[in-house]
Amino acid sequence: MNIQQRKTQELESVVVRFAGDSGDGMQLTGSQFTMASVLAGNDIATFPDFPAEIRAPAGTLAGVSGFQLHFSSAEIFTPGDEVDVLVAMNPAALAKNLPFLKEHGVLVVNRDAFTNRNLKMAGFDHDPLDEEVTDLEAYQVYRVDLGRLTRDALSDTDLTTKEVERCKNFFALGLMCWLYERDISLVEDEVRMHFAGKERYAEANLKVFKSGYNFGENSEQFLIRYSVPAARPSEKGTYRNIQGNEALGMGLICAAHKAGKDIFLGSYPITPASDILHFLSKQKHHGVYTFQAEDEIAAVCATIGAAWGNQLAVTTTSGPGMALKAEAIGLAVMTELPIVIIDVQRGGPSTGLPTKTEQSDLLQAMYGRNGESPLAVLAARSPSDAFETAFEAARIAMTYMVPVIMLSDGFIANGAEPWRVPDLSELPAIEPPEIDSDVDFPDGFQPYTRDPKTLARPWPKLGTPGLEHRLGGIEKWDVTGHISYDPDNHHHMTLQRQARVDGIADSLPPTQIDGAAEGDVLMVSWGSTYGACHTATLLLQQEGRSVSHVHLRWLNPLPKDLGDILARFNTVVVPEINNGQLFQVLRARFDFNGVRYNRVGGVPLQVHDLQNVVLDNLSS
Amino acid sequence: MNEQRKFKPKDFSSDQDVRWCPGCGDYAILAGVHRALAKQGIPPEQIAVVSGIGCSSRFPYYMSTYGFHTIHGRAPAFATGLKIAKPNMQVWVVTGDGDALSIGGNHFIHLLRRNVDVNLMLFNNRIYGLTKGQYSPTSEVGKRTKSTPLGSLDHPFKPVQVAVGADATFIARTIDVDAKCMQEVLAAAAAHKGTSFVEILQNCNIFNDGAWEAIAAKQVRADNTVHLKHDEPMIFGRERDKGVRLVGLTPQVFTVGEDGLTEADAWVHDAHDEDPVRSLVLARFETPALPTPVGVIRAISRPVYDAGVHAQVDGAKADAADASLQDLLVGRRSWQV
Repeated sequence: MNIQQRKTQELESVVVRFAGDSGDGMQLTGSQFTMASVLAGNDIATFPDFPAEIRAPAGTLAGVSGFQLHFSSAEIFTPGDEVDVLVAMNPAALAKNLPFLKEHGVLVVNRDAFTNRNLKMAGFDHDPLDEEVTDLEAYQVYRVDLGRLTRDALSDTDLTTKEVERCKNFFALGLMCWLYERDISLVEDEVRMHFAGKERYAEANLKVFKSGYNFGENSEQFLIRYSVPAARPSEKGTYRNIQGNEALGMGLICAAHKAGKDIFLGSYPITPASDILHFLSKQKHHGVYTFQAEDEIAAVCATIGAAWGNQLAVTTTSGPGMALKAEAIGLAVMTELPIVIIDVQRGGPSTGLPTKTEQSDLLQAMYGRNGESPLAVLAARSPSDAFETAFEAARIAMTYMVPVIMLSDGFIANGAEPWRVPDLSELPAIEPPEIDSDVDFPDGFQPYTRDPKTLARPWPKLGTPGLEHRLGGIEKWDVTGHISYDPDNHHHMTLQRQARVDGIADSLPPTQIDGAAEGDVLMVSWGSTYGACHTATLLLQQEGRSVSHVHLRWLNPLPKDLGDILARFNTVVVPEINNGQLFQVLRARFDFNGVRYNRVGGVPLQVHDLQNVVLDNLSS
Repeated sequence: MNEQRKFKPKDFSSDQDVRWCPGCGDYAILAGVHRALAKQGIPPEQIAVVSGIGCSSRFPYYMSTYGFHTIHGRAPAFATGLKIAKPNMQVWVVTGDGDALSIGGNHFIHLLRRNVDVNLMLFNNRIYGLTKGQYSPTSEVGKRTKSTPLGSLDHPFKPVQVAVGADATFIARTIDVDAKCMQEVLAAAAAHKGTSFVEILQNCNIFNDGAWEAIAAKQVRADNTVHLKHDEPMIFGRERDKGVRLVGLTPQVFTVGEDGLTEADAWVHDAHDEDPVRSLVLARFETPALPTPVGVIRAISRPVYDAGVHAQVDGAKADAADASLQDLLVGRRSWQV
């Protein structure tokens, strides 16, 4: 067979992983290929996987950065368990990622980087690319001299050797775009936009990109191309590609808009939450005030100050920051001020795994404060869902005058997927209990009077004559808000704070059950494991198994119908990337026959593992 | 707004019983603040008082203004968020030596360097009162307290020196018992744009009685303090016969008319000196070697943080007047299904 007989094979879906040194630009390559796939109409799910070190020593295993993309003509919910195509830029990237590559999968390697030194750093005692050895015989291997071909493409530029070297990721991108028949003009636009203002880099990278594309076209190594047709989303509308942190930021802006408010964001940089701060800092023209505080504590305290000052007040952080903010969040509970606390979870405890994902802050969110200090907790399930969940968090905060913790995680924060863009008019109104006059208080303003339905206290507009009041962390007399050490009052206020949070459940929709409303196994998930749990459920249902799935956005309070739903199944399976935190919460509240599945690896759960857990627990 | 509204000190007083110990220096400060606010004429609804934790931090409960008794050490951070949200409110922060310099040291210095337009009063009694008598970060070395039965070992902070180090734009000091100086300093602090830092030497008559006796007592005050006035020579003493002069950067006390030295040799106070070196020299004055400076030590001009925040937002709004929120949602690449 030769190039003239080259065929295109149609596939439903493909999982590609780009892997290289932290400095090789794998995240950029991955996101560019993601955009190309999105613009080709595919459904996509991504999994950027990178080390905490900015530039670990080149060629080491510690420095390997990866970007996994799943693109499909069908609706997909995960970035894929296994990889169909691995692009490895050096031996370390190969060593670290080969275990994920499917048997007979496509392996594209940068042969130039397989030097003795690099091989040794990656732990190889011989060259796996050597035609004589059998290391890679299970795969379709393409050995490409990416480095040399990049240098050749840029032989006539004035770029330094180092700058030339940094373009080689675009050769790989070009080759992949050829292999999957991507529209290169769209990619070119994207690259130009990425390098806006740095035209010489844009031109150099585009040159290398085209060389990569043409290399595929002309090389006799490649005798087959693939195409993945466009997906057909069930819902009509305007779609775009969206990352979790960006979606979350937009959800907050929309909530502020719907409540007629500006946003205050108090934040301290922390991985993987910082991109929310970066995004919102660029949205000043939408009435966003961002404050980079001196520490996590100052960030939340300034946020509470701004909430008192009638703004939609938000603080963003990750687990270690949550620990530092705990005392101040307790003050927001006591003073009944509406703040939104975003915890983009990462591996813990302590510094843990800063760039990896985990679901281990649920109990911290629920209980990580002194005293009886209930607040609302909810969690996003995917990058685009971070929009709706952030909006909902802000709605609850401003409707019930309560602090709300929204949990996201590293997987959602950095992952991307297509999103049907809502029209602003579709979003519900938010009506905070704000007052700007003392007419209803002829005997003087009383800050702890309550709305009989929501139990929310009023949110006085600061600066209004007659509404002057004092707040503080000391227990309050009900209604008047004066300091009180009275035992009966403290008990009453404790119950009242709980009742207000519990009452939020009255505003929640019925719980959606994917599958039959009763049966053998029910999978219950929260957070970013949604995609894997949903996919596993669908696959098992296709096999005719009695499996249903419930995913929880609202974790405190829990939906009112949840207890009844759990009771209708023989076994409830609760998979989590922690040691059983939701399981504990459910156990404390409901009677059900349940098992937990926990894997705390800093990586998303795998669909096939979840299928196996369910199969193990099916009674027939 | 009624421009003609006139206020009395009691208009700034709340209906709550004051619960400080009888004889506490805080009573005089509270009265001084009520008076100063009445005089400046800003109505109570346009004032917010934010405090941390400690005896002094009960202050907001005794004010008729908006008030927030927050958590230990963090009042500057709450005040910063509040001031950004409500730039037109006058914000006062009340804190103590433990609250501002121990648990809240970080927020204190960052408030000063940012120059947020708030007025911060630090009640310095050199002791932890509310926790019943442990030494504080301003206690003298060797202080015997419940937690230091053999004497404290750590070197104390001089709050004014910390403020100079943090590049504060307004620094003043007064004494709880000096009602006149208090009015002068509070009025100047309120008028200053940016963070106004006022150290108030305050007596805790229960756990550290007489901590400032050598400075504050009526019979010695004139001899042991120098009341700084901008552009005036540093002359002090009951007979106003003593002066401070600078020899190089070393301050020396002299007697007017002795050793050929006259008032003309005294150091002329320049509160607006941009260079902090002389402010630092003043910050280190300690009685008995030198008179303790009271009054406005430093008042310079620097961009105000919260004003800058609003200028950026206003500028961005003006530059992107036609940018719709819907456009933000749709982004630069979208497609129809």
